[in-house]
Amino acid sequence: MIPELGQFALILALLLALAQGVLPIVGAWRGNGALMAVARPAAAGQAVFVFGAMAILIHAFLAFDFSVAYVADNSNLALPWYYRITAVWGAHEGSMLLWVFILNVWSLALAAFSRHLPEPFVSRVLGVLGLIGVGFLAFILFTSNPFLRELPMPADGGDLNPVLQDPGMTFHPPVLYMGYVGFSVAFAFSIAALLGGELEQAWVRWARPWTNIAWAFLTMGIVAGSWWAYAELGWGGWWFWDPVENASFMPWLVGVALIHAQAVTEKRGSLPAWTVLLSLFAFSLSLLGTFLVRSGVLTSVHAFASDPRRGLYILGFLIVVIGGSLLLYAIRAPKVATGKPFAALSRETGIMVANLLFTTAAAMVLLGTLFPLIGDAFNLGRVSVGPPYFGFLFVLLMAPAVLLLPFGPYLRWGHAEGRHLTAMALRAGVAAIVCAIAAMWFVDGKLRAIAGVAGAVWVGAGTLAYVVKRWREMPAGRRYPAEMAGMLVAHAGIAIFLIGVMLSESLSTERDVRLAPGQTETVGRLQFRFEGVRETAGPNWQADEGVVVVLRDGDTIATLHPQKRTYSRGQVQSESSIDPGLFRDIYVALGEPMDAAHAEGAWAVRLYHKPFVRWIWLGGLFMMLGGFLAAGERRFRAKKAPAAAVAKESVA
Amino acid sequence: MNPTRKRRLSIVISIVAATTVAVSLTVFALQRNMSYLFTPSQVQEGQATQYPTFRLGGMVKSGSIQRAADSLKVSFIVVDDGGAMPVEYTGILPDLFRDNQSVIATGRMADGRFIASEVLAKHDENYMPKELKDAMAKAHDKRHIEAPADKDAAK
Repeated sequence: MIPELGQFALILALLLALAQGVLPIVGAWRGNGALMAVARPAAAGQAVFVFGAMAILIHAFLAFDFSVAYVADNSNLALPWYYRITAVWGAHEGSMLLWVFILNVWSLALAAFSRHLPEPFVSRVLGVLGLIGVGFLAFILFTSNPFLRELPMPADGGDLNPVLQDPGMTFHPPVLYMGYVGFSVAFAFSIAALLGGELEQAWVRWARPWTNIAWAFLTMGIVAGSWWAYAELGWGGWWFWDPVENASFMPWLVGVALIHAQAVTEKRGSLPAWTVLLSLFAFSLSLLGTFLVRSGVLTSVHAFASDPRRGLYILGFLIVVIGGSLLLYAIRAPKVATGKPFAALSRETGIMVANLLFTTAAAMVLLGTLFPLIGDAFNLGRVSVGPPYFGFLFVLLMAPAVLLLPFGPYLRWGHAEGRHLTAMALRAGVAAIVCAIAAMWFVDGKLRAIAGVAGAVWVGAGTLAYVVKRWREMPAGRRYPAEMAGMLVAHAGIAIFLIGVMLSESLSTERDVRLAPGQTETVGRLQFRFEGVRETAGPNWQADEGVVVVLRDGDTIATLHPQKRTYSRGQVQSESSIDPGLFRDIYVALGEPMDAAHAEGAWAVRLYHKPFVRWIWLGGLFMMLGGFLAAGERRFRAKKAPAAAVAKESVA
Repeated sequence: MNPTRKRRLSIVISIVAATTVAVSLTVFALQRNMSYLFTPSQVQEGQATQYPTFRLGGMVKSGSIQRAADSLKVSFIVVDDGGAMPVEYTGILPDLFRDNQSVIATGRMADGRFIASEVLAKHDENYMPKELKDAMAKAHDKRHIEAPADKDAAK
């Protein structure tokens, strides 16, 4: 009976979403206050029922209700309770419910924190979110119902994919979805502005904190996913250019462009049409990401669903959302006012160039990701695009971005002076060259590592120089407004990220070896002594657990226990063992026994030494922090920025 | 030409130049990194001869896995509907690698053998193209071996 309640809750949520999607927009159009007043209660009602449905599905998992097909497919009696909760989003149906759940979290937040905005505008924004909710709730109810019964009820269920049974997986999908779905708020703001023909640019200021928060969550989700791939997949890689990773990376790249374009439009009124277009793209790519990952068009580890009906629905939904919003854009955008003029050397130009680089990068990733589909559709053969395509073009596009980045804060709005720029370039350039020369001694002349150090110091020193400049020139309390602090922290994150990527990519030692018990393998200055395997077991798995002692100069520095697990349903999964450190990770994973019948004999073992690999995620966390910080800017919360403040910002 | 026109012309020229560079670089990168998938029978028909490296997709023949006694070298035979191809690989095989498992190997041909630099098994961390499923579906009907589209993979 309880699962049926979940079903009813979803149906009621759909009806309320319909009310939320239609009535307030009509009300805003007709100037009818009663209809506009429907928006908030309808959003709250929809949220109550969606949260209820989510709670019921979680309950079904916790109570082992195998009469629910989704529960039976993705959990079993041996699965520990915490993985039974994460199993809720371990496959297609639950992921879609999670999507709607998070959409409602955003809608609720918007309903609560939008009291200072004009009523017709908020009604339109909540209306657009309601329509998106309609699309997804109908999708769940008609094609991917998680509450579907399976009779007769099986005695025990299947299993959650073992690669998903990892602490990293518990929060990677919800956080990633917070980002994906968060772009729907930026999208809703843009559509609302287009619908209302908002002539003043105030709406961009209202949209900025939401966009920044969404982008920060997306950053966190991607960092968590990358960390999970590193720790769980047993290859020691942190990015594979897998279609599923690309699906989250494309909206991120466009999101970077969007949060910068929004700053231009908010402060100077310039590029408003471009900002609107970017927010349409960011959300469209989020939807496309859902489509790519969930439709089974591109089969990969994440493609749990392979039902063409679902793919067709999402495709139709995508066409309606992208086509409809672009049509609206084409009709309305020409009427949008243009802002103040700017010179060739100005912050506007700098942000425009960065915008072009980031959107081109997103287009490049899109092309590479969809190319196998294009090839398939036009019978070009069974083609796949290798990671070097992405690596080559991405580095090519991002190198100028890194080079230009430290100039950003020094560029004035409207018209910049070259004097400050050359002074900064001189300091940061000298610092970068000195550090690069110093680094040569430590990296055996590896070019990529030296370039990484130079790039990171260039960005880091340039950013630091600006921090010092503000400290000297501004009175206390006005030195680092939240928005600027966020920008500086995120830019520092790029320096950290560069160190992590370039040093770990060029200095890592990766050795796959055959080791008999008692045998020692030397990797650089480290010795790895394999002491054989022993048997161990967990709640729903048994494993061969290797014991690897790591020594440096004869001293034991770590004892690692990589595992080869066999889960209760027979799936095999390697569990790597990592000795973490700020400056290096030691990473050991078990391959397979050389003789399957003799686990006590020799094994294939992966031994990795990865310097600075943690800086990759540390840099990502800095960028995330920057996004959250910037969202806290006081100016965003004001209904109307005082004219004086705008004027002051323009010279800051 | 007046200054406005001159400026517009230079903007147009730089846009055209940037687009040309971007497009040619993209085409270059795509061409270098596109990799085609062939099944053993297609390779034996000579379809892959023009590609120095390509991907070989098929099923691991039951009982064909042989390991070297002193290294990580392993050899096995990949089969499909009507072909078989011996494969050599040195390194650690994926968790899901076993008899009758669908795999995709990247590598090149040498002396009638396929020398793999990378081996992926189904629902591995890297992406498994749908086309292999189509190619394997035939083999599945004929030989009653585990197809990549089974329930385990669908998760």
